[in-house]
Amino acid sequence: MNPETTPRTGFLTRSQLVGIALLALLIVVLLPLTLDIFRLNLVGKYLTYAFVAIGLVMCWGYGGILSLGQGIFFGLGGYCMAMFLKLEASSVENTKIQSTPGIPDFMDWNQLTALPWFWKPFASFPFTLVAVILVPTLFAFIIGTAMFRRRVGGVYFGIITQAIAAILTILIIGQQGYTGGINGITDLRTLHGWDIRTDHAKFILYFVNAALLFGVIGLCFLVRQSKLGRILVAMRDKEDRVRFSGYDVASFKIFVFAFAAALSAIGGAMFTLQVGFMSPSFVGIVPSVEMVIYTAVGGRLSILGAVYGTLLVNFAKTTFSESFPELWLLGLGGLFIAVVLAFPAGLAGIYDSHIAPRLAKWFSRKGRTPTPAMPVSTPAE
Amino acid sequence: MPKDPTSGPVDQTRRRLLMGAAALPLAGLLPKSVLAAPATAAVNTTGLAVTDTEVTVGILHSVTGTMAISETGSVQAEKLAIEQINAMGGVLGRKIKFIQEDGASDWPTFAEKAKKLLVNDKCASVFGCWTSASRKAVLPVFEQYNGMLYYPTFYEGLEQSKNVIYTGQEATQQIIAGLDWVNKTKNAKTFYLLGSDYIWPRTSNKIARKHIEKYLKGCKVVGEEYFPLGHTQFNSVINKIKLTKPDVIYAIIVGGSNVAFYKQLKAAGIDLSKQTLLTISVTEDEIDGIGGENIAGAFACMKYFQSLDNANNKAFVAAFKKMWGDKTVIGDVTQAAYLGPWLWKATVEKAGSFDIDKVAAASPDVEFKGAPEGYVKIHPNHHLWSKTRVGKAKLDGQFELIYETADLVEPDPFPKGYQ
Amino acid sequence: MFDSYSISELGSIFVMQGFAGLILFSVYLLMALGLAIIFGQMGVINMAHGEFMILGAYVTYFTSQAFQHFLPALFPAYFFVAMALAFVASGTLGMIVEWGLIRHLYKRPLDTLLATWGLSLILQQVYRSVFGPREVGVELPAWMMGSLKLTDTIEVQINGLFVMTLTVIITAVVAVMMFRSRWGMQVRAVVLNRMMASAVGINTERVDRLTFGIGCGIAGVAGSAFTMIGSTGPTAGQLYIVDTFLVVVFGGAQSLIGTILSALSISQTQSTLEFFLSGSIAKVITLLGVVGILMLRPQGLFTLKVRR
Repeated sequence: MNPETTPRTGFLTRSQLVGIALLALLIVVLLPLTLDIFRLNLVGKYLTYAFVAIGLVMCWGYGGILSLGQGIFFGLGGYCMAMFLKLEASSVENTKIQSTPGIPDFMDWNQLTALPWFWKPFASFPFTLVAVILVPTLFAFIIGTAMFRRRVGGVYFGIITQAIAAILTILIIGQQGYTGGINGITDLRTLHGWDIRTDHAKFILYFVNAALLFGVIGLCFLVRQSKLGRILVAMRDKEDRVRFSGYDVASFKIFVFAFAAALSAIGGAMFTLQVGFMSPSFVGIVPSVEMVIYTAVGGRLSILGAVYGTLLVNFAKTTFSESFPELWLLGLGGLFIAVVLAFPAGLAGIYDSHIAPRLAKWFSRKGRTPTPAMPVSTPAE
Repeated sequence: MPKDPTSGPVDQTRRRLLMGAAALPLAGLLPKSVLAAPATAAVNTTGLAVTDTEVTVGILHSVTGTMAISETGSVQAEKLAIEQINAMGGVLGRKIKFIQEDGASDWPTFAEKAKKLLVNDKCASVFGCWTSASRKAVLPVFEQYNGMLYYPTFYEGLEQSKNVIYTGQEATQQIIAGLDWVNKTKNAKTFYLLGSDYIWPRTSNKIARKHIEKYLKGCKVVGEEYFPLGHTQFNSVINKIKLTKPDVIYAIIVGGSNVAFYKQLKAAGIDLSKQTLLTISVTEDEIDGIGGENIAGAFACMKYFQSLDNANNKAFVAAFKKMWGDKTVIGDVTQAAYLGPWLWKATVEKAGSFDIDKVAAASPDVEFKGAPEGYVKIHPNHHLWSKTRVGKAKLDGQFELIYETADLVEPDPFPKGYQ
Repeated sequence: MFDSYSISELGSIFVMQGFAGLILFSVYLLMALGLAIIFGQMGVINMAHGEFMILGAYVTYFTSQAFQHFLPALFPAYFFVAMALAFVASGTLGMIVEWGLIRHLYKRPLDTLLATWGLSLILQQVYRSVFGPREVGVELPAWMMGSLKLTDTIEVQINGLFVMTLTVIITAVVAVMMFRSRWGMQVRAVVLNRMMASAVGINTERVDRLTFGIGCGIAGVAGSAFTMIGSTGPTAGQLYIVDTFLVVVFGGAQSLIGTILSALSISQTQSTLEFFLSGSIAKVITLLGVVGILMLRPQGLFTLKVRR
């Protein structure tokens, strides 16, 4: 937490580099070597949630803004990608049994006879890539501007984001001719002719996802180390003082909220690619709150911790619900309470207080750089 | 499509069912099969989880989350069917072993678990899914990894797959005969369509509207409305119904909203013995929550009622209650779920193999004479031929059979003229 | 749509529609009261509020079963017993939760949100394991069913009247307790300045526990009343939580009058819109309106003047 006091290489401290390297070792080498493609694809799916969790570290842990509606942005990103893939899957040859060939099947079932105008640009891949990021970010920008300019914060913000998530879910489900309704946009097949359903494609997508994830992690470290990051922390701790020092607090909040939204959107788009569909069940309140718990488990101040937290909770979910389905909700509920009551700093906190000191001792016993005064910094941070 | 509602329904079923019952091998009635089982290599050429003594199948429903309410009955029925089949000696001399997975009312989880059942567990078939959304989520998985899914719920149609057998009704099977009946016997001319806001009610109401406006003479729809899932306030729409005075309220409201809707309808003084209400979304299961006194007098259009008076059904109800307790009720979907394992067994035996391709190819015209609903047969489009029945809800939460189609209704998942 | 109706028919429809709005108002207010106390007075976000309501509903269900079996003669009156029991049950659970969970988190409001969300998941699963996953139907005594015919065309639902009366009574009791009783004074003192309150000898811990318990108890009564109009199942509570929070926030968290007025405006808007539009769209427009106004006036309709 005190980057200045440890040796630096570039913008990262050595222990942060070690932490990133360890995570990379796990995600890029260990997991692909040990897991079959089915499990690896699952991990890939979990890692898309990690984008959201990292976004929450930035906006909740550092900015102090708890959003209970990150599913909105995850979903919007995912839907943008799904619209592109669906259009590709609904070529005229593929859909000749429909009364209007060439439009997505669910539109045909709802008596639409032409593609709605807002679907049309999604035939272009470059446009889609831009939209994946831009649509959710703009939406977040609008929400953020409206709220933060009027100094809405804390729990009010949480409740309003939750309400927006609820509204969006009802809208998507209700407008099924345009959105696929509750079933979502399903049966996505190819990306520019490349079949995304094969094992080979899943394998490649996993690495694309991992690469993006590390890109995002790097970006977050950069933001955090910058002056911007320090202002964010200052703002979280004493908003008034920052304001009195002449900073425009609202702008920083809007920025970090929109930034987190953009990260979530990348996760959503990668989710669609790897899972092969998108549905309104990722937009609602329940998934949004669940994503907060990933961050809380990992440690709300730890960027790398968010990734570990996401992986851990989802592994637990899959394992538990395979063997004790009835107990799973109890476990998840207990996790929420335990994290809040006993481990407010999450996994990263446990690492800091229990593992890191021992590691430090162990290193110093080896006689390398015996600097007992060096404050312990954590790779999981 | 049969349109004559006046033929004596009950007599006819009974006759047919008694004929069927003679050949019916229900649990424990026959001595255990001692036929030598065919060699595993011959019946399983694609590496499914089949050994000399066992075959593995999957059960994939939600036991947690909001859908657990509805899906519990299906799980129970499938387990009962599997137990009965095992008591008779299993399938091709092999006992059925099932692996149960929880979809947790979450569609990606369904897809994930479906993949696990097919890829990791190599299940020879899977019985499961309930909502359309969960089926849509698993469908690409079943098609990609070539699995076999037996799907029990009545649904909106517009789908057909080599890898799915739909043991529930598609929309036209549930809707058209019921509307014809209510038009004839109740002389109904005006209809008010209600539904929860998602694909099944919307598609069903679309078919209902087309049928009312195109095929029923002088009939019209006077209102059509949708409510978010879980909506609990219906007083405004009830006022609108009072204002428009429709001959028939056609309600496709699901889940917890149902309870609120019927309670408020009753409280608002709409007497279901005078106001005709036809629903395709309320089975005995739902009445458990709604309370018989709130819905007595309403008509439901289904293919099965627990009260059906035939030998198959009596044996089924008795076995079900013995296994799961006296207080359990059996709804339409529960019965359709019960058909799954039996149809699969019949198909595998017809094909002489567990291979998915052979089972899929052998499915058309597979019959099941022991079905509690009466005789059913698989159509080449992988849906079932079955009857449409109208029941009247009674105070005790059971339905009284009022009408049934004379013949089996042909499944038509892509109905021409209703698009 | 009004072409073919006479003036008197239209008049009665508007009366009944107004009545429908009033029922919705009572429902919203009843849900929001408990939350207004807990959130408004203590600043605690109780995401498990819906589950406390469902506990009340289950208590009502079991009371009705018990009366049917053991005291069929008294069945018409069971509902009053059930409401009292629901208050006690939910209130007790609330106090236990306060003691075990909430009191550690008074300084971290966002964390109470997460912890109570976890609590709601646990309660849902407990209900599911103990009471079964299916919905249960609560049978009402005959006198509560049906409607009163005021004129030939105007009918009002008896259970609607019952809910409205109940809401009025509970609101009045809460108001009296808040502004006239010793407890109310202590609560307000603790809200304004915890340190000073404890310095003048108020047992703040006890006040907190009691306040939380009373808020949850009122949720239980609300749940009990809801068995008349809604469904009772393990996850039914989740349906209400967003609506309820919006009512409280929209009204301005610390103001009882605000909560009442916000419930009134939201319910009238929604029920009027529902009459002219489809249910889904009406809901979306209402929620959007509330969120929109909150963005313009984040402190809610009525609020204590606090400069942040």
